[in-house]
Amino acid sequence: MNLIIPDLSLVVLVGVSGAGKSTFARRHFKPTEILSSDYCRGLVSDDENSQAATRDAFDVLHFIARKRLAAGKLVVVDATNVQPDARKSLVQLAREFHCLPVAIVLDLPERIAEDRNKARPDRDFGAHVVRQQAQQLKRSLRGLQREGFRTVHVIKTPEEVDAAVIERQPLWNNRRDDHGPFDIIGDVHGCYDELVALLRNLGHEVDAAAATVRITSGRKLLFLGDLVDRGPKTPDVLRLVMNAVASGSALCVPGNHDVKLMRKLRGRDVQVTHGLAESLEQLAAESDAFRRDVADFIDRLVSHYVLDDGKLVVAHAGMKESMQGRGSGAVREFALYGETTGETDELGLPVRHNWAAEYRGQAMVVYGHTPVPEPEWLNRTVDIDTGCVFGGRLTALRYPEREFVSVDALRIYAQPSRPFLAPEVPGPVATAQQQHDDVLDIEDVIGKRIVSTKWHGNITIREENAAAALEVMSRFAANPKWLIYLPPTMSPCATSSSDGLLEHPAEAFAYYRQEGVARVICEEKHMGSRAVVVVCRDEEAALRSFGVTGEGIGTCFTRTGRRFFDDARVEADFLTRIRDAASAAGFWDEFETDWLCLDCELMPWSAKAQELLKQQYAAVGTAARSTLACQASALESAAARGIDVANLLARTTARKDMVAAYTDAYRRYCWTVDSVDDLKLAPFHLLATAGKVHTDQPHEWHLQTLARLAGGIIITTPYLIVDLTDPDSEAKGCAWWESLTARGGEGMVVKPSDFIVKGKRGLIQPAVKCRGREYLRIIYGPEYSAEEHLSRLRSRNLSTKRSLALREFALGIESLDRFVRHEPLRRVHEPVFGVLALESEPVDPRL
Amino acid sequence: MLMTITSTHENATDLGFLLRKNPARAQSFSLSFGTAHVFYPVASPECCTVALLVEVDPIGLVRGRRGSADNGRPLEQYVNDRPYVPSSFLSVAIADVFSSALAGGCKEKPELADLPLPLTVELPALPCRGGEGFLRSLFEPLGYTVTARRLPLDEHFPDWGGSPYSHVTLAATLPLHALLSHLYVLMPVLDNDKHYWVGEEEVLKLLRHGEGWLPAHPERNQITRRYLKHRPSLVDDALLRLAAEDGMAPEEVADPLAEPDEPSGPRHRLNDQRLGSVMAVLKTSGASRVLDLGCGEGRLLGLLLKERQFTSILGMDVSHRALEIASNRLHLDRLPPPQRERLRLIQGSLIYRDERLAGFDAAAVVEVIEHLDAPRLAAFERVLFEFARPGTVVITTPNREYNVKWESLPAGRFRHRDHRFEWTRAEFRAWADAVAARFGYEARFLPVGPEDAEVGSPTQMGVFTR
Repeated sequence: MNLIIPDLSLVVLVGVSGAGKSTFARRHFKPTEILSSDYCRGLVSDDENSQAATRDAFDVLHFIARKRLAAGKLVVVDATNVQPDARKSLVQLAREFHCLPVAIVLDLPERIAEDRNKARPDRDFGAHVVRQQAQQLKRSLRGLQREGFRTVHVIKTPEEVDAAVIERQPLWNNRRDDHGPFDIIGDVHGCYDELVALLRNLGHEVDAAAATVRITSGRKLLFLGDLVDRGPKTPDVLRLVMNAVASGSALCVPGNHDVKLMRKLRGRDVQVTHGLAESLEQLAAESDAFRRDVADFIDRLVSHYVLDDGKLVVAHAGMKESMQGRGSGAVREFALYGETTGETDELGLPVRHNWAAEYRGQAMVVYGHTPVPEPEWLNRTVDIDTGCVFGGRLTALRYPEREFVSVDALRIYAQPSRPFLAPEVPGPVATAQQQHDDVLDIEDVIGKRIVSTKWHGNITIREENAAAALEVMSRFAANPKWLIYLPPTMSPCATSSSDGLLEHPAEAFAYYRQEGVARVICEEKHMGSRAVVVVCRDEEAALRSFGVTGEGIGTCFTRTGRRFFDDARVEADFLTRIRDAASAAGFWDEFETDWLCLDCELMPWSAKAQELLKQQYAAVGTAARSTLACQASALESAAARGIDVANLLARTTARKDMVAAYTDAYRRYCWTVDSVDDLKLAPFHLLATAGKVHTDQPHEWHLQTLARLAGGIIITTPYLIVDLTDPDSEAKGCAWWESLTARGGEGMVVKPSDFIVKGKRGLIQPAVKCRGREYLRIIYGPEYSAEEHLSRLRSRNLSTKRSLALREFALGIESLDRFVRHEPLRRVHEPVFGVLALESEPVDPRL
Repeated sequence: MLMTITSTHENATDLGFLLRKNPARAQSFSLSFGTAHVFYPVASPECCTVALLVEVDPIGLVRGRRGSADNGRPLEQYVNDRPYVPSSFLSVAIADVFSSALAGGCKEKPELADLPLPLTVELPALPCRGGEGFLRSLFEPLGYTVTARRLPLDEHFPDWGGSPYSHVTLAATLPLHALLSHLYVLMPVLDNDKHYWVGEEEVLKLLRHGEGWLPAHPERNQITRRYLKHRPSLVDDALLRLAAEDGMAPEEVADPLAEPDEPSGPRHRLNDQRLGSVMAVLKTSGASRVLDLGCGEGRLLGLLLKERQFTSILGMDVSHRALEIASNRLHLDRLPPPQRERLRLIQGSLIYRDERLAGFDAAAVVEVIEHLDAPRLAAFERVLFEFARPGTVVITTPNREYNVKWESLPAGRFRHRDHRFEWTRAEFRAWADAVAARFGYEARFLPVGPEDAEVGSPTQMGVFTR
């Protein structure tokens, strides 16, 4: 005996105590699928038979059932369920989650249950209890369908129990195994000629007279419904679609017009409005058989489809995430009519709730129903009803290519009740997605978050870090539309044990060699402030690509997303120079782009860190110089008196020298900035251009490409390629570092020659820094180089820093990837926000 | 750090007896944070100078977490003035190395102990947080002649101006123990930063070393406050870490909760008037569910809680720290449940759409918008007027025109370091009217604080209703 149940259903077992429900459930379902009321009684009271705990037990049962149904998991409720009230709440639950309630009734002879209960010492209730339950069950049997159970299976004998086999059936809307590719076609409304033209444009062979289409490209047609009404050739459209569906070359979902027509054809009382009259008139010329076929065809259509492993959902009026792949009356309503607020507008039309604006699902949703002048993406949804019957166009979306193919309407067949073609607006306007993205939602950033990245799997953002990032983002950051990337932190090389040194390239080279990297690039580390530059060709491009207006042609921001220049005019001057350099170098054509994102160092350090320099570095320097000078002279006087202070004097003199070196160190990175001319910008990554993140290019390509921008305020970054399998080459690398740092330079950054390198255990450090001995005074203190200090400073732990560097690196690339894929801003913002949140992790700031 | 004390009393080398340190030798003393050295650069009958040189171990300072009450300040830990300037470390060294002299004893020559001596103290880099005026106001009432030469921040960059440090000499005729007591108490006061956590014990120390002079000192309150009270920063550690990534000094992360530079007299009155006006509007609006957006430390929330009319109050701030303070100030954990249930505090941002803000009758946004970058106002407007959409919105913001009335506020400066703009009345009205028109509200305007015929009131308030 096969019991068929939908694979997402709420299975309600019905039977008296001792009927064998639990045994039945255990035999046919996974333990995790079964929610037993007895077990829940035990959970809340330590006694599986406590009747006093019933109420709490069912609260727990319902709670778990909700969680499972929300996640799309089958639930089996193992309780007597003989009373209508108990079943009613379960049917409601199933409705709420748009899944089908199924009743499996174990209606066995009473004796069997009584005997079983007697054999169980924990069931000491009298036989009258079972008798009462049995009466309730009998009264219930006939009404189960009416209560809302779509499927009812009744098992009457122990033999039937033994023979029962549960067969799980996928829902009709589940076409996950169908991978397409598809040509998805919007509302046709009887526009047969346009449909034929569109199918031909798509490369399919159409026999217009026979209403057949032959598809040789392996593609499949997907019709979004509203085939009928208003237009001139509804029967032809129906014939073609029915033929295509019958031959397996098309799928079709119903539209509200189709359903209304079907109801009329079936003799139901419907208002003949909104173009139904035309359909009926045209169909009057057809045979009875055809009309019957049409009604049957429409009646059998499935409200929506989930295709391609769940990556694509199609429905006439759209489908919100919580309803996708589910079956209920509400799901069907949504598929046909979308969501309305219950209000009507000034034209008497229902006010539509914009479900797409709130859509957060992973699946792409393609729909029609509401005529729009242009198909526009919004949160991975797109409406492709371009109003052919109203004189617009008939549009198809090619999936997975995401290309639109349209044909113009041959004429206006009907007047829409609301004009759908927007008046021509001069110049570009922000897209629906960009307008939607004007405001981000707090739900998408606060609390504990898990961001999935291509290069480093799932990255967890802790709640307290997100809280800190929210404050910084809100108080200081630039317009989030510009923030498509934040740079990762960078770890230093392992600590050197060489005399007088904390860092040396030998450790960096050793690290990469051990990770299997043969070639590295050493780049001079400019001592300035990290800066990300986003620059567009013009303000139109800023609107087109970033959805930003009135904020110039780009921006330049710091590691935490703060705008670098407070003065908009200075920023404009700065960006114009970069834009002009890009124009002169021919970047726009070469990269087929109208914007660039550059990762840079901006000098001098004092331009941004002025206050830090003054309040911290300069202040400590002046106090130290004054004090140590007085200490030395006091000691010299004492020594002149013949007091033995030789050791102390020698130490004081050494300290004086170290403080002088410290002062020189910070002064090197300061100069007065009166105008943009006094700035220097050293770009070192050409991170992204339209449609492309350049992480597939080696670093040398980046430096050589960016060198073409050099001139004016833009400078190049000197570099050296080192072959780690060649000791001579490595020695040259070390020597280069020596010469850079001997001149007081900050040091260098060592990177694998490729941008992204995966080692044995996943990503390896994208870069490590080797800082110069003098520079480190401003990090570790003026006197750090004294051996008694240095020996202690050498014990430092890099592991947290390195782990952060990898996670932030992966997040940075992720945000760029998402941006060039035109994902909604919240998806781009998520990893950007993640970098900022990770940066608030407590880690030794000197690393 | 270095401190010298010079005596020109007859038989100046008697200083050695008072200090119990032989002028003919250099001595070293081990301290918990480093080493103190005592030696005499000059020792003649006419003039005797003792030097107290303290070497602070800069690494131990950080690694042992000792001495860093303020460990939320990244980078400051190693690049630190502590080894070079007098601070509470010097007080500890004085108490340790010159303990008997500080206590007023002198075994060999007891008659010297209480004898006023002509003494000069030299401090090569004394932090004067509060300025030279404050330095003088501390020492001059005690009879010192103060000479201070402010150290430049960096002679290579003269436009950077002066540093917080001065080369200071203090001359007075006083018993040595009095001078040492003054230094013991006043070094940390000038530094305004103590290297150990302040506890009960510190009160006793202050009373002991301030005996006989502190009670009558005109700056007594300031001295006590600075000596004892380490005001915790309202700025989060995490926030400071992020700021450091940008090369910002901790002071630059202006604390938005700090009081603005409105003159101290009428300031509190103005704040009260502001909250009073907001309450008046909220009460007459008939609202029962209210939002306080940017609630800060919760002053308005406290007033709202007192009114039964407001059955549901939501306080939101972007600063986690502010919410903690609000929660403590309002004693949320101790309120009886019916009160407690009326109020909810959440972290949130005015530029992110937030479902939790929907369904309220009224919203107060008191002295908040001026903390937003002007280009971000567009997001704020939609978050509040389009998505949260309360029936009544009350917004207050400074009236820039009024700033001229405050002499203490330099022309052109904002009232608060974190203000991104301050609007004239016309600017505020233009903005408010446009917002009201766009989102279907009506705006009206009310003055807050004393109204001047020419420049209006110090605070301006817009009331939006729909």
